[in-house]
Amino acid sequence: MITLNEYLILSGVLFSIGTAGVFLRRNLITMLLSIEIMLNAVNLSFVAGGRYHGSVDGQIITFFVMTVAAAEAAVGLALVIALFRHKETLSPDAYTTLKW
Amino acid sequence: MDQVWFYIFAAITIVASLGVIGQRNPMHSVMLLIVSFGGLAGLYILLDAPFTAVTQIIIYAGAIMVLFLFVVMLLNAHTEDEDIPAALGPHALKAGVLLSLLLAVQVAWALTRVPETGFTNDPGTVSAIKSVAQIGSQLFTTHSFAFEVTSILILVAMVGAVVIAGKPREER
Repeated sequence: MITLNEYLILSGVLFSIGTAGVFLRRNLITMLLSIEIMLNAVNLSFVAGGRYHGSVDGQIITFFVMTVAAAEAAVGLALVIALFRHKETLSPDAYTTLKW
Repeated sequence: MDQVWFYIFAAITIVASLGVIGQRNPMHSVMLLIVSFGGLAGLYILLDAPFTAVTQIIIYAGAIMVLFLFVVMLLNAHTEDEDIPAALGPHALKAGVLLSLLLAVQVAWALTRVPETGFTNDPGTVSAIKSVAQIGSQLFTTHSFAFEVTSILILVAMVGAVVIAGKPREER
């Protein structure tokens, strides 16, 4: 029988994969994709928790997270385009102008 | 039977997500992320949330990922710089992998210490969770304020994206 624990562990592992992507990759687009993985890991735990408590609130907050993810993707990708126009590279190491 | 499907979908999701962060080509990463979202949609169906599963496919795999693909194609940047900057030191990659593994092990370890909590199989509860009408009425009554705020968020994000990615004023 699959319990809430299995879903939460899966969610935790997915979240760790997402953080690993942000830590290890040096490509702005892949870093944004890793953030999407993390948001989806959280979504999974929300839906599993809602199922456990027998309420639809878990699914509803998932829709809000999806909306925030869409807004984040739109603004993030706009920033990537603006940055790429400056230096023709997607490596975050190239954008250190604000570093003291 | 559900158990088998859970492990199939969980394996698809994890393998595809690992592929996302392992690929050098952003195009392949985006494609693998769509596969990962497909696995998650299967898990949502197992959790008696078919509407969320469909939304996951339509909104996430259909709309947000197309946005990513669009930008990948627009920028035409198919490779990533291989060299790690010297300032990070020789063991930067190893340290990052180690820290990420540590996080995964910690989270999994903490969660295995929680007592096993199974899902209810009461048919009334299950059908209430599955019901789209229930989701809709909850969304537009209890959560109506958050819903309205969301629309403002979308508007601000849209205007922000246009302003940031648009051409600088003098070039117009």
